[in-house]
Amino acid sequence: MEMRVKAGKSYGAIAMDFDFAVSGERVGIFGESGSGKSTLVGMLAGLLQPDRGEITLDGESLFSSERRINIPPERRRIAVVFQQPTLFPHLSVESNLLYGFRRTLPEQRTIDFATLVDVLNLDGLLDRGVNNLSGGEKQRVSLGRAVLANPRLLLMDEPMSALDDNLKFQIIPYLKSVSERFGIPYFFISHSLVEMRLMADQVIVLSGGRNAALTTADQLARDRMGKSPVGYINLLKVTAPRRSEGLFAYRWGDQDLHISAGDDRAEALFELSSKDIILCKRHPEAISARNLIACTVANTFVSGNRIGVELACGDQLMVAEIVESAAEELGIRSGSELFAVIKAVAFRRLG
Amino acid sequence: MLTFTPADYEAIGLSVKVAITATILSLPLGFLLSYILTYGVFRGKLLLEVLINLPLTLPPVVIGYFLLILLGRHGWLGGMLEAAGIRIIFTWKAAVIASAVVGFPLLVRSMRIGMESIDRQLIHASRTLGAHWYDTLFTIILPLSTRGIIAGSSLMFARSLGEFGATIIVAGNIPGVTQTIPLAIYEYAASPGSETMALSLCIISVLLSLVVLIFHEVMGAKLVRRS
Repeated sequence: MEMRVKAGKSYGAIAMDFDFAVSGERVGIFGESGSGKSTLVGMLAGLLQPDRGEITLDGESLFSSERRINIPPERRRIAVVFQQPTLFPHLSVESNLLYGFRRTLPEQRTIDFATLVDVLNLDGLLDRGVNNLSGGEKQRVSLGRAVLANPRLLLMDEPMSALDDNLKFQIIPYLKSVSERFGIPYFFISHSLVEMRLMADQVIVLSGGRNAALTTADQLARDRMGKSPVGYINLLKVTAPRRSEGLFAYRWGDQDLHISAGDDRAEALFELSSKDIILCKRHPEAISARNLIACTVANTFVSGNRIGVELACGDQLMVAEIVESAAEELGIRSGSELFAVIKAVAFRRLG
Repeated sequence: MLTFTPADYEAIGLSVKVAITATILSLPLGFLLSYILTYGVFRGKLLLEVLINLPLTLPPVVIGYFLLILLGRHGWLGGMLEAAGIRIIFTWKAAVIASAVVGFPLLVRSMRIGMESIDRQLIHASRTLGAHWYDTLFTIILPLSTRGIIAGSSLMFARSLGEFGATIIVAGNIPGVTQTIPLAIYEYAASPGSETMALSLCIISVLLSLVVLIFHEVMGAKLVRRS
């Protein structure tokens, strides 16, 4: 998928102008409230007409003010998963799912109904009314409906924001299946850096109604680390929990992590702030923190007035954040050997 | 004890026939105008809105008089219809037109309220899933406007049953031809010794109104349960 946007729209004195070209399957659009995310989504989907400029998708002009082209939404084949799961309340789950499918030309139908139901785990919901579904189920149906329309691009407009934390990360594998299982490229729109890192390879950063940068989600998180109150969020995939001294011991690569907020599910995703990692030059004598990990400095970077230290812990990586004087005191440079000290309560479960 | 003459039965039948015809004929145009007023962005929208609502504020007699000018033998439309062999004035069709004009704003207002309550994202979702605007209109907006349509139709039907001022001007008060319940009651009220007959028709009016209101409530409750 290749998208080129050079288009703008004015709301009185406020002008929004976007100018970027991006190619790839998993593109993120990141921005705070008021940065223009919704305007951009509306323009791409054809729900909002730009005042000026041009939008092309895979070489086809979707909008051009100069050539007076404005392809209507139903002919763009750009489906949208909205923030709120906008299911048609008078239709059953099955009829909702088939709404777009029935309006797709037979030769464009590459995804079949049975596969979708299986991948999104919708079997058993098909005959139900949409008002009897949970928030997560609704969003899965909404996603399935968009995928079954066989779009050439899917816009996911903050699809997790209406879900509570627990459900939020359960839906991620389903969202990822759009690209991984069905081969549909997507734009993932969010103001959450964690979601960006889980869902997008490249990220267009919007600010004040303009695109400020094109970067990767991880680079964006590193750039913002020094200014962010939560620092850089390490995402740790852990497996094989077992109970140990009132905590859960998980396997993280080739070592153990002791975590208080665990459970018996075989796999889990935890977040750990770069601010919650203490670095020591030598092995502490005795310490209350339950995680003491030997690691090597792989890299360092500057973010605001903080130093980010990328640590290689066995075959895994994580980022710690320290002030400059601490970096000098520890004598940090690439290859330095250190111990990372992390309390068991510092990990927060994501999914 | 209720007492009815054959002309009263005709008046009751005609009232129901006029109200049903006026409501059914107004529904397509009412739905279209409600759609345009709810979702359309165009110059002159305010003027259109004012024109549609004008009969709500005008005395029915004034509406009847305008209709008489328009549909009369020498009227702009009436002349053309007359040439085509169609006569409207002083027929039951005139009563239908009078009822339709007077009740139309009530129909449009209710339908519009119903349409405005539809989440715009549903319409956007439908369009991005490949539905043309007319497809969205019939598969999303129409079914989700059902409550508004029922409310509007009930109101318009009830208003048509009670229509008097405009009807008497354009349709007259001809027993068996254009005399509806209100016109019959008016005639009885003006004739000494006809109180029982007038009261009987009044009771029929109340019963018809009750049936309409109960139908409206039952259908509304059914739709709420279904959703």
